[in-house]
Formats: sequence, C-alpha cells, structure tokens
Amino acid sequence: MNGIKDALVITKRQLLQLTRVPEVLIFNTIQPVMFVLLFRYVFGGLGAGIKGGYVQLLMPGIFVQTVTFTLAATAQGLAQDMEKGLIDRFRSLPIARSALVVGRTLGDALLNIVVLVVMGVAGYIVGWRPTSGPLHIFYGFLMLLFFGYALSWAGVFAGLMSKDARVVANVSFLFTFPLTFLSNAFASTTSMPKALQYFAEWNPVSTMVAAARQLFGFHNTFGVTAHSFPSEHPIVASFIYMVLIMAVFIPLSVNRYKNANRR
Amino acid sequence: MKSVVAENLVKTYRKGAVRALDNLSLDVEEGTVLGVLGPNGAGKTTTVRVLSTLLEPDSGHATVGGIDVIKNPKAVRQIIGLSGQYAAVDETLSGWDNLVMFGQLYHLSASQAKARATELLAQFTLAEAAHRPIKTFSGGMRRRLDLAASLIIRPKVLFLDEPTTGLDPRGRMEMWGVIEGLAREGVTLLLTTQYLEEADQLADDIVVIDQGKVIARGTSDQLKDQVGGERIEIVVAQENLVKAQEVIERVTHGRATVDPGIRRISVPVLDGTQSLIAVIREFDSAGIHALDLALKRPSLDDVFLSLTGHVAEAEIPVDEGKKKGARK
Repeated sequence: MNGIKDALVITKRQLLQLTRVPEVLIFNTIQPVMFVLLFRYVFGGLGAGIKGGYVQLLMPGIFVQTVTFTLAATAQGLAQDMEKGLIDRFRSLPIARSALVVGRTLGDALLNIVVLVVMGVAGYIVGWRPTSGPLHIFYGFLMLLFFGYALSWAGVFAGLMSKDARVVANVSFLFTFPLTFLSNAFASTTSMPKALQYFAEWNPVSTMVAAARQLFGFHNTFGVTAHSFPSEHPIVASFIYMVLIMAVFIPLSVNRYKNANRR
Repeated sequence: MKSVVAENLVKTYRKGAVRALDNLSLDVEEGTVLGVLGPNGAGKTTTVRVLSTLLEPDSGHATVGGIDVIKNPKAVRQIIGLSGQYAAVDETLSGWDNLVMFGQLYHLSASQAKARATELLAQFTLAEAAHRPIKTFSGGMRRRLDLAASLIIRPKVLFLDEPTTGLDPRGRMEMWGVIEGLAREGVTLLLTTQYLEEADQLADDIVVIDQGKVIARGTSDQLKDQVGGERIEIVVAQENLVKAQEVIERVTHGRATVDPGIRRISVPVLDGTQSLIAVIREFDSAGIHALDLALKRPSLDDVFLSLTGHVAEAEIPVDEGKKKGARK
C-alpha cells in the first residue's frame, strides 16, 4: 500500500511543478491544438469524399500522435531527475523502487487527460463530430490514455538510460515523430512505397489510430492495403501492443532504476 | 560501538579495468565524525554510494547501524541521511515544497511533514526563503536545503559527500557551522572532502584514501605529524645563512634543512605562530635580516606527497552551474 502512496507523492510533485511553471502545461496543450488547426486547414482537401470531411479522420490521428509524444515527455522528466542527482536522493529513501517511475508515468497520464480534453474541444470547434455515442467515445479516449501510458514506460527506460535531458528529449522525438508519420494518422498509406506500407500497417500508431477511429465511429482507416491482423482487428492489436510494450519496458525500467548510476 | 563498518570493499568498472574501490576498509565510532580525505577519483563518492545502499560492491561487506547494506538495504535507508555533491532537490519547487514532499516519502503524515519542514527551514536559516523556488537560491542555500532534506527523519548516520565542494568561502563557513552543530548533537557523520583544512576542522578521525585504498588513518594531529606538521621557511642573505640556521634550531628545537641555492632555511614546528614570533625576536637581537619568511601548513598535496610519494591529481574546479561531466 505504501508503494502506491509513495508513487502518488511523486505524482503530486509533478502537478505542483505544473502550478509553479504553468508554461509547461500551456505549451503542452497549445502544440497539439496548433496541429489540429494546421492539419485541419492545410490538408482539409485530402478528405474529399469522406463523410464529415478530413477532420473526422484527422482527429484520431492527432490524438494518437499527441499521446505518442508522452514517451519523450516522460523520458525528459526522468532524465532531468538523473541529471540533477535527484534520483540518488529518491533511491536513498525507504520507499518502493517502483514509486518514482510509477508516480512519473501517472503524472504524465494525468497531463494527457487535460491535453486530450482541450484537443477534443478544439476538434469539435473545427468540425469533428464523433458518431458512436458517449460510451464509445469514452472508451476511445480511455484507450488513447492507456496507449500513452504504455509508451510512457518506454520513455522511463530511455530517461533512465540517459545523462542529459536535452539529448534524450531530442532522441525520443526523432524516434516518435517518424513513427507517427509512417502511419495512417494523417494520410493514406496506399500511396507510400511498398516497404513503408508494410511498416505503416504494423506500426502500433496505425493500429491505435484505426482503433480510435473505430471507437469514434469512422471505419475508414485511411488505406490499409492487405487484410492483415492489425488492420482487421485494430482494437485487439493495439491492446496486444500496449501489453507487449509494458511487458518489455516495465521490468527493464525497474531494473535500470535499481542500478541507476550517474557515472 | 561502531556505527559504520566497511570491510574489504571492492568495486570495479569497465570489467575490472578501473578499480574504484580496492579492498577498502573503514569504520566510524558512534557519535563521531569521520572525514574521508582524498583527491578526485580516489573512491570517496563510490564509498559513500556503497554505504548508502545506492551501489552494490563487487565484494566485501558493510554495515550501517549494525544492518547489512547489501542484504537489507531498505532497513538501512530508514536510518541514514545522504547529502551528495549536488543539491539533489527539485529546483522548480520551493524549499518548503521539497521538504514536505520528502517528509511524506519518509512516511510522515501530511501535518508531521509540514511541521518538520518548518522546523528544518528555521534551523538552517532558510525560513525567509521557504517559499521561493530553489532556482533562486545561492549555492550555499541549496546545499543547506539538501542537508535539511537528509535530516527529516533525524538519521542515526549521516553521509555527506563533499558538502562544501563548489561553495564560495562564505557558503563554506556557513556549511561548517551547520555540520559542527550536527556533530555536537551526536549524529554519527561520515563526510568526504578534498580539503585537509575541512577534515581538520570537522572530523574527529580522518582516513586518507587514494586509488580506492585507505593509505592512512588517524586524528588530524597524527596525520600532520606524519607529514611533518607546520614549517617555518625563512630566506636570508648568504652571509647570514649559518648564523640564521643556528638561531632557528636553538629557538625551535627542530632540525632545519637548508637549501643553499635559494638561501632558504626550513624547519618543522609544533606551535607555528609562537615559534615564528620567537624566531623573529631572536633574529632581531642577533641582527639578522630576514628577506622572506612564511609559515607553511601542510596541504592535501603535502599529505599525499608524504604518504604516497605522488601529488594529488589536479583538481577540476566544480562549478555549481555546469557540474555534470566534471566527474568520471
């Protein structure tokens, strides 16, 4: 029980940081809203023939992209704690080894709730109209949140591996940015070169985007070519990915934290 | 009773190529202050990291408060405080926020944690700055807050890793005052330092380490005696050299060494300034004019030179702002 309590103290610390440096929260919400507006009006024409217009397909794509970037946020946050030597203090406290990293991932998930709500409102303003009913819309957001949470654990590992917060932020971004574009998030995959099509099809971002579209009431998954498992069952496939990511990175991270050495 | 015992600790890096700890043994008597003195890279930080459960040694054995640090690290963490070379506090938060957070992580209730935070901030003269973000603190204030954070549960054993490295003289004096206060309260303290002066000022006992090994142990007086303690160095004109040496040896009862090339006479003394004054008086009445005179205290370099035959590695000045990368 203490382990959870300790983790919540860490989460509280992160929320406290947000009140002390509100710019972080502001920037974190402005950026995705800016993406919504840019894509909505720059690529709006791509959706010719789609019922409800491009924005119906775009919004799930941007939601997924945003929660994917959680990886970089978590990594940066932990790398900062490493860099400042705070990790040593936490490790010298009589708290559960998991407390700091669990607390951090929970904090980043809470931040995602705020960001998703703001984005949803922005999407609604520019014409996004999910048609699946309140319950499925809720499931959709819940799944996005889980997806971000799972990736957050990959970020934990990246953050603990690093010594420099800026480097880890840049590297995580270099990794996640193409991941979100080599997918069905913003454009049809059918126009990509063959090899990329396969990648895009099996990319967890694509399956999550397809799952979100399905849950929000739009089945057009933006050009998935083959009848592969992830394109046929995006929700199941996404959950498999999430479980896999966590099954790999949670033990790795906890082990890494146990042996964290700033040298 | 021994509060801290380390026996034959070995820690290697890069597959044995670097021996950070090489059969290091030391102990700290309960209620005393042990100063671990050594240059950069001697193994001071590694020692502290092993004893504070942050790092497992390759081999060897250590207990803190009678508890095995390898077998039962969690129990050790209940009774120790650790304050490192870097102020390990959350810089975006205020001092008060930090202390309350750490208090809660030590499983104090919210109200206990707040009460303790208020108490510690007052004790470390940080009450006025309590609600300012740490970012605005001076180096000395950060260190004091970091120390306060390590004292939340009133630890039985406190580890201070280079508590004054990177501080300006004023910050250092303040920190010394705080540490002396803790020692008076009877906290068992292990502190590492690169400065002989600091170990001299704060520690009851000193171990000198180099390349992961203890190379000397004793009180600061014993160590200084080993090094030769203070020396008077006087330069006189060529024609006075013999006479001056005679006067100096008579006054100080020491054996003077003469460097004829630079006409310098050097003699070990026990009570430095007293002897220096006596020598000057005698010079006056003997009509000898000193061209240059100095009282030399043994430095860390002298200790090292005398104990190891080599000087301490050149120290990299640790700047508070860009401290990372300064260490291996």
